[in-house]
Amino acid sequence: MKKAALWFGLVAAITFCAGPFVWQMITSIRPESELTSLGMPSTMTFESYTGAFHGRPFGQVIVNSVIVAVITTLFCLAVGASAAFALAKLEFRGRKVLLFASLAVSMFPPIATVSPLYLIIRNVGLLDNLTSLIIPYTTFALPLTLWILTGFFEDIPDELYRAARVDGCSPFQAFWKVLLPLAAPGLATTAILVFIFSWNEFLYALTFISTPEKRTIPVAISLFAGEHKEPWGEIAAASVIATLPLIVVTMFFQRKIVAGLTAGAVKG
Amino acid sequence: MTAKHAENVDRGSLSPKLTPEHSGLRKSGDAPFDAAKKKHAGQSDRRQAQLMVLPAVVILVVVAFYPILATMWLSLHRMILVFHEETFVGLGNYGFLLSDPRFWSALSNTAYFAAVAVVIELILGLGFALILNAAFPGRSLLRAAILVPWAIPTVVSAKLWAWLFNPEYGLVTHLLPGHDVNWLGMPGYAMHAAILVDVWKTTPFVALLLLAGLQTIPQDIYKAASVDGAGTIRQFFSITLPLLRNTIVVTLIFRTLDASRVFDAVYVLTEGGPANTTETLSIYAYKTLMRVGDFGYGSTLSVVTFLCVMGISLVYLKVLGVERGKGA
Repeated sequence: MKKAALWFGLVAAITFCAGPFVWQMITSIRPESELTSLGMPSTMTFESYTGAFHGRPFGQVIVNSVIVAVITTLFCLAVGASAAFALAKLEFRGRKVLLFASLAVSMFPPIATVSPLYLIIRNVGLLDNLTSLIIPYTTFALPLTLWILTGFFEDIPDELYRAARVDGCSPFQAFWKVLLPLAAPGLATTAILVFIFSWNEFLYALTFISTPEKRTIPVAISLFAGEHKEPWGEIAAASVIATLPLIVVTMFFQRKIVAGLTAGAVKG
Repeated sequence: MTAKHAENVDRGSLSPKLTPEHSGLRKSGDAPFDAAKKKHAGQSDRRQAQLMVLPAVVILVVVAFYPILATMWLSLHRMILVFHEETFVGLGNYGFLLSDPRFWSALSNTAYFAAVAVVIELILGLGFALILNAAFPGRSLLRAAILVPWAIPTVVSAKLWAWLFNPEYGLVTHLLPGHDVNWLGMPGYAMHAAILVDVWKTTPFVALLLLAGLQTIPQDIYKAASVDGAGTIRQFFSITLPLLRNTIVVTLIFRTLDASRVFDAVYVLTEGGPANTTETLSIYAYKTLMRVGDFGYGSTLSVVTFLCVMGISLVYLKVLGVERGKGA
């Protein structure tokens, strides 16, 4: 009885979670004439996939998204790692202020910064430039970066840091030569989460970029338009292209991601 | 040793070069040695620490805190971009806001969206977490499936559901009773469609947080309860729920914050329509800024969104304390 309820719950939960995306995958390989049918497609076709690239710069859009997400991730790690190390292992004035400020920034609604950022970006001539996305993305992914990495550095025993100092390392050398290599798993987790955040961001990308060739994937998909009606097959294909890599990476790094997401939330 | 140490501290404060003896194990001055102490301090150590956090501080100040203050400043102006007009109007925009029915409707839409979505996500997420926590073979499959909605970009999830809700060909439209319901086109229905999209997208996150909480509950407690004759349901209400309280509070607040600033999912699904019945605060502010070009009133709406979210955050900080970042 209990077992049956558990199995029912399991099947329902899996259907609810994976079903809609599976349906989107099916839609993406349907022949256009069968888009309106609710059964299984009679044949499989990649028309929608080629169609998604036809007459719109979707290839360039993918490149843009990769550029923005990769550079944001690198920036976040570069800025975040040393700061997280200092937060975890060193004593300095303003430590608590920084922790608090980082927590506060993670709560800012993005809309609350849009109007001045738009004016600033316009005044420095960066509108419609991918740089206008990388800088705010780095900023708003920084709290998450600090959060996860500080946890990782705290878990590295203090003795290692002390030993490095006794051997003549400055705090920075101890960080760079001894602790940073040990925090590699933390860097990987952070990189995945920051990459996904940048890959998915919509509001800034919608506001600061106007040329179709400069857009990132979320904005491009949201504005996918056909000549007469919504091109649902092509939207489905584009969605699968934008999502499948993330899903594969997520499945592969399941444990890391879950650990990163839940870090700190449970201890509190 | 003490004299030598003091000398080193002095030297350390004058020149940035560190000697091996001055390894930062002591606090500057004559603070007693404390092996359990986590921090390692010294004058120049502190300076190095500050240098290491400097880039992060600069970025947070320039790209996050300054814009927030600038939004507040803009909200005190009348500013229409295309007219190059900018005049200080004090709290004028806020006065207008109070008598703006569209603002009140956006506020109540946001509150309704957040409240209903978060409650459903919590209940559903708890169900998922309990299944994932039960020792039986199918759970690894669910653990994988559950990450699908989480990994999908919000915009893609909105488009995916827009297709499922398509009034003519949508799968959901056909599966649900009342085939002629246009889910995204009818006031009342559209808001609930938006809530469903949010529930689908974020329940996995809720489930993972709650699962992590469940895994901290020792199994012995359940064994003892079974011996004492407590049934599954009794165990759930007397053991699981009370011990999960902190995790539930954290999850609740994470989600409430996110749901109150919702933009992507609803904007892509309905653009706030039909008849503004799904227009949230963020969407109204965005439209005022970027479609109307009214940066004064748009900023006012942004500030109010900010204040609402920060109000919720303050409750959060009160409940949990500021120090949880340190794993307290």
